[in-house]
Amino acid sequence: MSQGRRPFGRRKKSCPFSGPNAPVIDYKDTRLLQRYVSERGKIVPRRITAVSSKKQRELARAIKRSRFLSLMPYTVDQ
Amino acid sequence: MALYEHVFIARQDISSQQVEGLIDMMQAVLEENDGKITKIEYWGLKSLAYRVKKNRKGHYSLLNIDASHAAVAELERRISLNDDIIRSMTLRVDEHEADDSVQMRNKNRDERRGSRREDGGDRRRDDRPRGDDRPREDKPSEGEAS
Repeated sequence: MSQGRRPFGRRKKSCPFSGPNAPVIDYKDTRLLQRYVSERGKIVPRRITAVSSKKQRELARAIKRSRFLSLMPYTVDQ
Repeated sequence: MALYEHVFIARQDISSQQVEGLIDMMQAVLEENDGKITKIEYWGLKSLAYRVKKNRKGHYSLLNIDASHAAVAELERRISLNDDIIRSMTLRVDEHEADDSVQMRNKNRDERRGSRREDGGDRRRDDRPRGDDRPREDKPSEGEAS
């Protein structure tokens, strides 16, 4: 992805939590955190979401806090 | 003194007045130890993501606390003894949020939306963005570089 033009037009993504007016990661903001967990409730790896590693750690911490307070599920059973 | 955020969940079958009573108790504990509560938010009776001590719902409240560690330790001890509080979490923060937290904003917006729903018919458009919040495994809609 990093070198040359890809034939299928996939561009390099940038971290959604970096740059100006980026959202603040907050364990209370379930609506935001919801986007970074799978349908099963698992935290989505950053290679898919393009979150920077620093922000991914922050995000993981927020999701875990949110789970502890039962705002988000640990697992979603089928 | 240090700043803390404290969220606790009270049992579903107590009333919101009793939750206020719990908050008064906490305030008293903190004041005994020279601490104070700078903001109280009551998020209401929300459904839990999983069962906690056989409860499916709980009264959520958030307190912003300015107190010493000893005061908070005492508060946590008292909370652990209280059967009406099914879960609580205290976090040390660098600064408090000045205005309402996201949960409170969502609650207020939902209430406004609920009242509009009764007189207006345009709720379909309002509900629409929720679908976009769903996780997309293939391509996240966020942060595409332009």
